[in-house]
Formats: sequence, structure tokens, C-alpha cells
Amino acid sequence: MNHFARTAGDWISDRWATVGDRVSDVVGKRPVKIPLIIVGVALVYLLPILNLPIIATPESDFPTVLFTVTVYAIVAVGLNIVTGYAGLLDLGYVGFYATGAYVIGLLTAYHFAWPFLLVLPIAMLITLVTGVLLGAPTLRVRGDYLAIVTMGFGELIRITIRNTAWLGGTSGIKSIPAPQGIGDKSTGVFQIPHLDWSTGTPLVDLNRQTKFLVFGVLDATPYFWLALTALIVIIVIERLVKRGRVGRMWEATREDEDAAEIMGVPTFKFKLLAFASGAFIGGLAGALFASKAGYINPISFPANLSMLFVAAVVIGGSGNRWGAIIGAIIVAYLPERFRQLEDWRLLFFGIALVAIVSFRPQGLFPPGNRARAQRAARRAARDAQREVPVV
Amino acid sequence: MKGFTKASAAVAVGIAAAISLAACGTTADAPGDGGSTGGSTETYKIAYQGPLTGSNAAYGTYSRAGIEVALADYAAKYPDGPKVEVDYADTQGDPALAPAVATDLINDPSVLGIVGPSFSGETNATGPAYAEAGLVTVSQSATSPALSTNHWATFHRVVAPDSAQGPAAAKLLTDIKGFKKVFVVDDSSDYGVGLGGEVRDTLGDALVGSDSVQVKDTDFSATVAKVKSSGADAIYYAGYAPEAALLLRQLRDGGYQGTFASGDGTVDAAFLTAGDFTDGTLLTFPGVLDAGDEFTKKYDALTVSDKGTIGAYTLESYDAAWVLLSGIGEGKTTRADLLDWVNNYDADGLTKHIKFSSTGEIEGASGVYYYTVDGGKTVSGGPIE
Amino acid sequence: MDFSFLFSNFFELSITGLVLGSVYALVALGYTLVYGVLQLINFAHADVFMWGTFVVAWVFILTGASGSTTLLGAAPYLLIALVAAASASGGLAMLVERIAYRRLVRKRALSYIILISAIGASFVLSETMGIRDKVVALIDGIINAVVGLFGGHIDIVGWLSDYTSRARGVTTLPLTIKPQVVFSAGNFSVRDTDLTIILAALIMMIGLDQFIRRTRLGREIRAVAQDPEAAALMGSNSTSVVSKTFLIGGIMAGVAAVLYQIKVGATTFDLGVVLGIKAFTAAVLGGIGNLRGALLGGLLLGVVENYGSALFGTQWKDVVAFLLLVLILLVRPTGLLGQTLGRARA
Repeated sequence: MNHFARTAGDWISDRWATVGDRVSDVVGKRPVKIPLIIVGVALVYLLPILNLPIIATPESDFPTVLFTVTVYAIVAVGLNIVTGYAGLLDLGYVGFYATGAYVIGLLTAYHFAWPFLLVLPIAMLITLVTGVLLGAPTLRVRGDYLAIVTMGFGELIRITIRNTAWLGGTSGIKSIPAPQGIGDKSTGVFQIPHLDWSTGTPLVDLNRQTKFLVFGVLDATPYFWLALTALIVIIVIERLVKRGRVGRMWEATREDEDAAEIMGVPTFKFKLLAFASGAFIGGLAGALFASKAGYINPISFPANLSMLFVAAVVIGGSGNRWGAIIGAIIVAYLPERFRQLEDWRLLFFGIALVAIVSFRPQGLFPPGNRARAQRAARRAARDAQREVPVV
Repeated sequence: MKGFTKASAAVAVGIAAAISLAACGTTADAPGDGGSTGGSTETYKIAYQGPLTGSNAAYGTYSRAGIEVALADYAAKYPDGPKVEVDYADTQGDPALAPAVATDLINDPSVLGIVGPSFSGETNATGPAYAEAGLVTVSQSATSPALSTNHWATFHRVVAPDSAQGPAAAKLLTDIKGFKKVFVVDDSSDYGVGLGGEVRDTLGDALVGSDSVQVKDTDFSATVAKVKSSGADAIYYAGYAPEAALLLRQLRDGGYQGTFASGDGTVDAAFLTAGDFTDGTLLTFPGVLDAGDEFTKKYDALTVSDKGTIGAYTLESYDAAWVLLSGIGEGKTTRADLLDWVNNYDADGLTKHIKFSSTGEIEGASGVYYYTVDGGKTVSGGPIE
Repeated sequence: MDFSFLFSNFFELSITGLVLGSVYALVALGYTLVYGVLQLINFAHADVFMWGTFVVAWVFILTGASGSTTLLGAAPYLLIALVAAASASGGLAMLVERIAYRRLVRKRALSYIILISAIGASFVLSETMGIRDKVVALIDGIINAVVGLFGGHIDIVGWLSDYTSRARGVTTLPLTIKPQVVFSAGNFSVRDTDLTIILAALIMMIGLDQFIRRTRLGREIRAVAQDPEAAALMGSNSTSVVSKTFLIGGIMAGVAAVLYQIKVGATTFDLGVVLGIKAFTAAVLGGIGNLRGALLGGLLLGVVENYGSALFGTQWKDVVAFLLLVLILLVRPTGLLGQTLGRARA
């Protein structure tokens, strides 16, 4: 059994890697890449409209699920900076998510009635400051100690919100207004009918039309577009940062903090930068969640959510933003898709975590620099094999 | 250049696919559309919104018992009426999960009314959507007082809000039972803080102290010390059954002899059958607990595979479901008609006379009763007036 | 802040805090032992403890205990429960090591990767308990599908209904243990259950400490903790030592489960979440990887929670506990006693 499990696992990893290589061989060529990306992004934008049969969630609203998945993806990109790039295990990320959500709640509904687009950057900045304030004293603590301290801070934020009436207390904040839309409230600029697949062939569902661009309580599609746009902007910026000097400093800090310090990398400063960037993005995700939900209360931000976030990043492939995003899709989408499993969902989730991590410890999609090295090695081996008969 | 041709081909295929989809017809010309006059062959749905899984799943099984009995009564009273199914929609009682479920129900045109939402938090999260869609909701157990101040035209509840239960509990402890010093503990939950606050506000001089514990706490030694040193002769706990049982046991183990009282959140087997130390507990409940022989007989006769369990808010769930079902039976088979039917409903239910005010609350008597726990059972002490 | 209340009830708050702290300390041991040898956080440990509390409850149901009695009257049941819970938790801990750890440790996976595996195992343990009624129904269905071929029927669901009822709710001990007053001081009475729990925890801790210092296995554990490669060269099988370390941690969790049931008398499938965070905090507070640190951290956390509840209100006690942890880590970055298992003096 033992032996079998090991060989089976290795076999799966190898096969998987080979397929990945072939795909990247074709897709990796630049002229093909750009139009493919455009078509891909357009398809993702159209997902709630297309309402594809197998992908769509049967027992909960598909656009709402897509929105949640996108918010989780933003969270995963942010946490990936902290955990994947800088190597800091943050088990209290939900604290930043909650901070972003509550700034929106407090400033657009509870104490003031400021517009969403004004509050959104404020929410992100306040979360960033929170990240610096929590990070400055704690990031001197190393490794696993950091895990428990961050977990403590996540709980601290939740409990403080719960016990403070000025922050909404236990009953939370309701009637958070939707973002300002474009066009007339009842019709929008134009309307896009969804597809209906209930008869087996696609029909244009005239009873269900998305108004462009009206944020209402009945249709989550505009929220999904908003969140997806935010995600794309975040990815573009994050990519620039990662490829530059800062990214290399993070990598050095993660791989060997002492060596990096000796080589003149101010590791503390870069750890703090990673922590704060992560917080900033977490705040954005929380803010989007709050504006869509319209109602937030402390029980929506339990410690378990932090575990789920870390799980998303790790099973996707810590250090690779695309892996993290796929991890987010797995933890947010699959439970909604398979609602019919009811009580068994969490059990299967646990089994899946153990199995995925056990057979692919580097995650489903490990980061490029590590994967690239492995791929190069395999390619060399393959070429060597091919050359043998010729000689 | 070669790569680019490939890519443009891919784009072309994508566009062609999109056009062919657009050309394939609309729901308006599909057969069997909802707009047709199908009459009694049509199947309509009412939906339950609340927990079926997760830590609050027990409330779901209690509600299911009431709804299933109501459905059986519907079949008996309206044998020729439209066919009705119940769509049980699970939110785990979590306000973050509820909107996706609610929107899905709203987008199903055969759903005419909602039994629920079960908890106050999820009601806050989904109320605006139901109001905008004009889909009527009748809650069996959402008791937060502020819910009826939101001006949601579709919101109704057949249960008295905490603003009725809290003052009634204070009255029970001071006026009826004659306690002079009462200590109030809540569990820091939305429900506990709301109810505990109402009790505290009404107690006046009789309040000698208060504390807030947390849901899922298992050690209450500091609270026990506070209760003892306050010299209270009674304690009111605003929270749920598991913590109530542990707190009461630790109070007794710590030598506290005063009376323990609690509210509707504690009416659950987790408290009632926790041990003989629960005997003598006073429970306030904004409704009727004793199912009665007739209801139990109907429940026992059910043949469905999952008929739930009789428990807290089973009868309220019956009442909520019946308000909706009788409307469908009377031919109110559009959302607007059914909303109108509920707004004008005026008949006796199992728990009380049901007639809704303009805010969706039950008009008339507060309907708060109290019970004494004896041998794991609740014995009615009658209404608190 | 209510200082007068704290001072007038100082004795009571301290004793009850120590009782709670004893349970924290015994659970914290499991974290500390595993961290000592592997430098990994065993997130599933609290769920191993949770299973122990259920085994205690099941022993009481199985032996037909009911009503209410004194601690002495419940002693026979408790002894059986002790053996059962310690074996179950010990076995379960070894199983966690086998399934969630061994392969990854061998592959030298990063620590937070293994943490995710442990979180997965934690989900599996708690959810299996949380839907045990459905798991049993599934097994019943499979077995009867086979047995049915031979025309028989085994009513597994019926047999086990006492153990699976209210799977997601509270499982209460059918026997209520009534504490007896041993002596009184002011308005507080010290009870036999309190003393038993504190004493039992102390005895277990001292016993374990001596075990690690004096026995062959203890030496091996320390050797692996200090330098796994050197230990392997010296002829100890590190895989088996790690497995036995999990076993010892599990046994401690089983003992903690019995003490917990004496004190609380009820359990739920998600007990591990709250208690796990607390016990882990206790372990870090004292210096994770350090046995005496776990004891000190546990007891300290227990009393500080009580003092915090007295001063600020019970709803703030977790905040007090975490702030204490952060403060201590800022002053002493490796916890109060801050040594690892390997470097502990022999």
C-alpha cells in the first residue's frame, strides 16, 4: 500500500508535468499568446451570461457564486504575496478582509453616506495602515510563531468589532448602498439577456436580462464584472512589482533570511512591504464583498476563513499567482457547485486537502522559477533520450 | 506570422460560436413557458430558507416537521388545488452564504413564497432582494426587533420579536416570580445581545449585574464568580442551548442556588435533557411549545422520507407555511397575488391569531409564554400578561 | 475595569483558572512534542482531543451510566474511559502522522505545506464526527447490500443510534458528576473535581518529563529533536520515533479529554477549533517544543483568561489572552522558557 501510494503519486505528478510542458510549448509562443488571452478574458467576462450547463451552479445563483469566486481570487493574489513571495505564514488574513468590509460599511452606511468609489481607496488605505501597524511589531517574530500571532490578530479584529457598538457591534451593519451605476436605474445603458439551457439547447432568456451597468440586489453580474476588473488591475500591478527589484528581494528573504540580510537586503522592510501589500489587496476584496452583500456582521469573518484562504494559496501553488487563483476557484466554487453533497462537503474538502498536498506538495501549479527549472531539467532529459538512438 | 493566423482562426471560431448561440431562439418561443395558462397542471413551489447543514442544522429539521405537516394538510384540504412542492434551500444560517441562495430562489419563477429566512442575520442580508423581487417571506423564527423597520413590503413574521420577549421576561422575573435581584448574561451573538439588552432595559433597579460570554465557550468560571458575588436571586441567560446548559451546570457546581431563566434560544434538547440540574429552569418563549395531540398524530402519519423533528419553532413553521399554502390553494398563483393574500390574511393559526400589521408584525397580543423545565420536559406556565 | 471584584474573588478565579489551564496544558503537550521533533504545527491535534472526549461519552453510554453521582461514584466509569480515550486518541494521533505527515516529511516539504495537510486532517476528523450519523448510515447501506444477497439484514444504524444521535449538536455525558466541597475559603469552596484535575495534570506532566529524561525512548526523542541525521547515524529509527511521539501526544490528549469531561460534561464535534487555538497559544506562550513551557503556558493562560474576564468582561477574554501572547513574544521571541525539546537538559 505504502509503496503503491508513493509510485502512484509520482506517476501522477510526472504525467501532469509532461502535459503541462506540451501545453506551454504551444501556448508559450508570444504571437499566439496575446489573442488567446483576449479571447480567454472575454469568455470569463461572459461566464454569467453564457450560464454554461455543467459549470453553472444548480442550487445557487451563478453570477453571485462567480462574484464570490472572484473576490476569493483577489484574496488569494494578495495572500500569495505574503505567503508565496515573502514566505510569511499569515493565518489571520481574514482580519484585513474584515477591515476593508467594515470601512465600506462604516463610511457608506453606518456613520456617513459617502459614495462607494470614494470610500474604496480609503478602505484600501486604512487596511494598508492596519497591515503596517500589525506587521511592524510582529514581523520580527519568525516562522511558526508568526502564524499564531497573525491568527491572534485576525481574532482580535473580529472580537473588537463584535464588542464595539461604534463599529456596528454584534448586529452588524445593514443597508450598505450599492456602487453608483451607469445609465438609468430601470434599464441601464443597454440590456444583455442571459442564456437559458433548461431545455438542453441554449435559448436567449428574455426574462433575465443584465442591465449595463446597474448594481442591483437581484443581479450580481455587474458586481462580478467590477470584481473581475479589479482582479485584472491587481494582477497587472502585482506582476510589475514581482518582476522588479522588490520581487527579487522577497525571493531572497523567503529562501534564506539570514543570507539575504548579510547580502544587504533590509529583510524586515521587505517583509513589512509584503505584509502591507497583502493587507491592501485583502482590504479591496473585503470592500467588494461588503458592497455586494449590503449587510455585514462579525460572524461572516471567522478564523476558519483564514485557513481557507491559506489553503487556496497552498493547494494552487504558493508563489504562483495563477496557481493561487486556481486554488481560490477550488475552495470557493466547488462547494457551491456540489451543494447536493450537503453535509459531506467539508469532509471531502478535508480529504482533498490531504490528498492534493500529499501528492503535489508544491501545489497544483508551482511557481514559474521552480517549475521552469524542473521543466528545463526534464526537457534536457527528454532530449537526451531522443538523441540516444541517433548515436 | 504563422502563429497569428492560428490565433485569428481561434477568434473567428469564438465569434462564430457566439453568433450561432444568438441565433438559436429565445425563451419566449419555447414550448411550455411559464406565461401560458396551464391551470392546475402547473407545479408551484414554496421555499424554506435557513440552515439545513452546519452548526445550526437542528433548526432546519424542526422547521421541516412543521412545513411537511402543513403540506399534508394542504393536500387534504385542497385536493384539486395546484400541485405544490417545497424547495428546501440551505444557507447554514450564514448571512454571507444566504444571498446566492435567495437570488437563485428569486430567479425560479415557480417559487411563490418563502418560509423564512430563519435567522435575523440572513434576513438582513436577503430582505432587500426579496422586497425588490416582490417575493413574499413569512419568517418562523427571525426575532430581531429592527427587522420590521426596514420598509420591506414583502417581510412578515409569525413570531413575536425580541422587543416583546425581553420585557415579558423581565416582567416574569420581577412581577410574577417576585425576584428582587436579577443578573443578566448574554452570549455576544446578535440574538443574545438584542434580547439581553431588552431584558436589562426593562428590569430597572432589579438589575444587579451583567456579563457577556461567547458562543462556543465552555468555561464560565469568571461569570459564575460574578453571579455569586452579585448576590442575585435569579439569572436570565440570553443565548443558545449548548452554552446555557454548561453555564447552568457550572453555576450549580459552584454552589449558586438561585433561579435560572432563559429564552427561546434555549428551548432545545441540548439544554432540556442535559441533566437533572435543568429542573426548575424558567423559559420564556414567543410562541407555543406543546405540539398537541392532533399535530403529533398528523406528524406521525407523514410518509415522506425526511419529515424532520418536532422542536422549537415547528408550530410557527407550520403557521408560516400554511399562510402561503392556503393562498395557493385559493388560486393566488402569482407572486403579487400571494403577497396581497398574506397582507390581508386574517385567520387563526396553530400558535396565535394571524393578521399582519403594515410592517409585517403580528397584530395584537404579544404572545409570549413561559414554561418550567421538569424532568427534561417543558411545562406551560401560561402567557405572560 | 472592576479591580475590587478581581481582588475580592482572587482565590476563586485563580483556582478555576488553574483547572482550565490544566486541560490547556495537557493538550498543549501534544503540540509541543510534535513541534519538538519535527518543527511542525500539528493542527489536527485538537481534533484528536475532541475524539477523546467523545470516546469518554461513548464509554459512559455503553456501560449504561446515568443519573448523577459523586466523583468517587463515577470513578469506575472514568477509569474505563481513561483507558479507552487514551488508546483511541493515541491511535488516532499515530494515524494522523501516518497519513498527513510521513510522506511530506520524507519529501522535506515546506512547513506551511505540511500545515495545510494537517488542517485537512483536522477537517476530516471533525467532520467525520459531525456527520457520524450519515457515515454510519452509509456503512450500514454498504454492508446490507452485501448481507442482503444472502437474505440477511444487520441493523447497524439502530445499534449505534445512541452514539450517533444529534451528530451536529451537543453530546452530554449521561451521568452528571456532582462535585463535593473539600474545604471552603471565604465565599468560595474548593471542590474535589478541581483538585483532581489539577493534580492529575501535574502528575501526567511530571511523569512525561521524567519519561523523556530517563527512558530510552525519551532519549531517542530528544536525539531526533536535536539532530535527526545524527540520531539516525547513531542507530535510532527516526520514522518510528516520530510515530511514537505522536502516540505520546495523543495519549496526553486522551487524558485531557477525561479531565475535560469531568469538568464540562458535554462535547461537540467542533470543540477542537476553540480549544485548539487556546492550547496552541499556551504552547507558544511557554516556548513551543518545551515540555515545562507547555505546563507553564497552559496554567498561565487559564488564570489570565479568568482575570481578564473579571476585569474587562468575559467577551474580551480572548483579546486579553492574545495580547498577552504578543507582548511575551515581543519580549521573549521564543516564549517564556524558550528552549526546544532537544536542548532540554538531561
